[in-house]
Amino acid sequence: MVDTILPLVLTGAVAKRRGKRLIGPIDAEIGPLGFTIVMGPNGSGKTTLLRLMHGLQRLTEGTVDWQGTQIDVQKRQAYVFQNPIMLRRSVKENLSYPLSLRGVSKSSATKTVNDWAARIHLDRALEQDAMMLSGGEKQKLALARALIQKPDVLFLDEPCANLDGRATREIEELLLETSRAGTRIVMATHDMGQARRLATDVMFMLQGNLHEFGAAKQFFAQPETPQAQAFLNGDIIE
Amino acid sequence: MSDIFEGLKAAFWLLVALDRDLVEITLRSLQVSFSALVIASAIGLPFGTWLAIRRFRHRRTAIAVVNALMGLPPVVVGLVVYMLFSRTGPFGVFGLLFTPAAMIIAQVIIITPLIASIAHQSMRELWADYHDLLISLNTGPWQRIRTLMWDGRRALLTASLAGFGRAIGEVGAIMIVGGNIDHATRVLTTAIALETGKGDFALALGLGFVLIGLAIVVNLAIHRLSRTERDGRW
Amino acid sequence: MMRIVLSAILLVFAWGAAARAEQMKLAVTTSFHNSGLADILLPAILRDTGLDVQLLVVGTGQALRLGRAGDVDAILVHSRADEVEFVARSYGTRRIEIMHNDFVFVGPSSDPAGIGAAKNVTQVMHALALAKLPFVSRGDSSGTHKKELSLWRAAGLDQTEFGGWYRAVGAGMGAALNTGSAMNAYLLSDRASWQNFRNKGDLALLFAGDLALLNQYAYIPVNPDLHRHIKADAAERLANWLTSDSAKTLINGYKIGGMPMFTFNARTAD
Repeated sequence: MVDTILPLVLTGAVAKRRGKRLIGPIDAEIGPLGFTIVMGPNGSGKTTLLRLMHGLQRLTEGTVDWQGTQIDVQKRQAYVFQNPIMLRRSVKENLSYPLSLRGVSKSSATKTVNDWAARIHLDRALEQDAMMLSGGEKQKLALARALIQKPDVLFLDEPCANLDGRATREIEELLLETSRAGTRIVMATHDMGQARRLATDVMFMLQGNLHEFGAAKQFFAQPETPQAQAFLNGDIIE
Repeated sequence: MSDIFEGLKAAFWLLVALDRDLVEITLRSLQVSFSALVIASAIGLPFGTWLAIRRFRHRRTAIAVVNALMGLPPVVVGLVVYMLFSRTGPFGVFGLLFTPAAMIIAQVIIITPLIASIAHQSMRELWADYHDLLISLNTGPWQRIRTLMWDGRRALLTASLAGFGRAIGEVGAIMIVGGNIDHATRVLTTAIALETGKGDFALALGLGFVLIGLAIVVNLAIHRLSRTERDGRW
Repeated sequence: MMRIVLSAILLVFAWGAAARAEQMKLAVTTSFHNSGLADILLPAILRDTGLDVQLLVVGTGQALRLGRAGDVDAILVHSRADEVEFVARSYGTRRIEIMHNDFVFVGPSSDPAGIGAAKNVTQVMHALALAKLPFVSRGDSSGTHKKELSLWRAAGLDQTEFGGWYRAVGAGMGAALNTGSAMNAYLLSDRASWQNFRNKGDLALLFAGDLALLNQYAYIPVNPDLHRHIKADAAERLANWLTSDSAKTLINGYKIGGMPMFTFNARTAD
């Protein structure tokens, strides 16, 4: 049992599918603190990078090294998908599902579940079928379900892409609270404003490569590469 | 056309009179097909689910074989089961031939591929949905199967009921392995075959309508019990 | 889940093996069963001998097969050559003639082939072959089928050379009659099955009475030396009953539509 599974170190990491390179080689280190935003034009490999780090995408070459044992590494991360994946169950059961996987009994989990439901303002909807929630509610539920596991690292893939302003704000508030409480967050987004609001550092992806990786303030004020500058200006880059 | 009307009349009188033979063969039909359903579901539902989530080299072949087995002619199954359980066969010592047990065995063989195939199809779709989430949550294979089977239980129920329908209407296999013995292995379908053979179409049709009615009642009862239709969602 | 499955299996097995009055299995042909005589005999057998005779109604070929495999305790069929061979090969202990009736020709009531006017069965066969009107044959190597084939042979005709009018359906007596009724065809049937048949349509009995049309039923107990589990005692008790005066009374007295269907001809001293 280690205290943390960070830092995460990628060395020459490459992901290929059927011989075709998706992303890489990528060298990067995700340290213990911070809120990393992954940015870049569509198709640049943001999603693939996140999935590679989390283990949903198979590594073809290079290494992806966490600290700690296999079990630690698996248990202490969570992932929120762009389109929230709801279990066909109630809100309450979605929240308790990760806990039940770890053998926590329903009764012991009840308090935690209720607290989280209240935190995302779904405490009145505990018994409701999760599939019937609105897009924003589903995503909040997915986020709560991810956080209920108390992960060291939280990955999010454009969580607010399909949400309205109100839902986006609620999620961003929750993310900031979570970050302040010590959870390491790595999030992909194409919302420039959101990136500016949340990032402590930025990974800029372009054509499957990690083009730039640096502190947020520096990146937004004075990016190193012309492509990044063009991107920040709002130009279409390939 | 008048034959059909005669059949409806015959069915009506049989039911009204609660004809003792009718009650006996109806109960036996239910007993045989329901037992077959329980056993076949216990095998086919988890297997179909497992097939949906497990990737192994000859998976496509396995799926194709299961689907193809749905087309097993029941009379062929009956013949094979007969040969296995005949006194001269390998399992003859159990003395199961011409008993309801042999009929159940034959029907299990016939409907398990059907149940497994339908279960596999819907579990596959559900797995496509849940895949990323369940992998991200580090579920083990049994946890995945249980989660899929529970969340997809309505589709699994459909698979089971499809199997039941096939079993309750089956006649070829159980005729051979059961022998259609009066007061022992006669059920609705074999009785229908018998009456047809005697040329008594009205009675045969009457029994046929009872059989259809029975299938409908069972389906409704099961759906009611599992409260499948809630708020208009099936 | 497992508990439900296990209980279901146990229930079924227990049920199948539950103790009842002494049972024995008798394979009989569809022709015999369709006559309805069994419904009269079985209750009497139960009353007089305590035997619960379970009937398996199958084709002659299947009955012989079941007897040979020891899946039944005795058989009752009507195919002399097959029966003799069955006993010769020691599959059965001995052949006991019980009763006979006759075969009859049925066909469309207008009798376009004119077999009603024939003086003997040979003339019937020739008339049918000449008219080339639909004829439904059992085609299943049953006693009835073999009788039919022997009649063609005796008339010097080869039924394998017949055209599409000769339809071998490969089915039991009832099914064949159904097909014949639907096609309005000629058929050879045993008298009792015909009398009892409920879907005659336009068919009518057109020719009967030739000695060649004798239909003899025989009872053969399966050889217990070949199969140790055979209920040889029960089979013998049934043999005794079938050759007894009670059987004689019931069989001779069995009528359909007021007409006696069978003639008892067992030799009681077996």
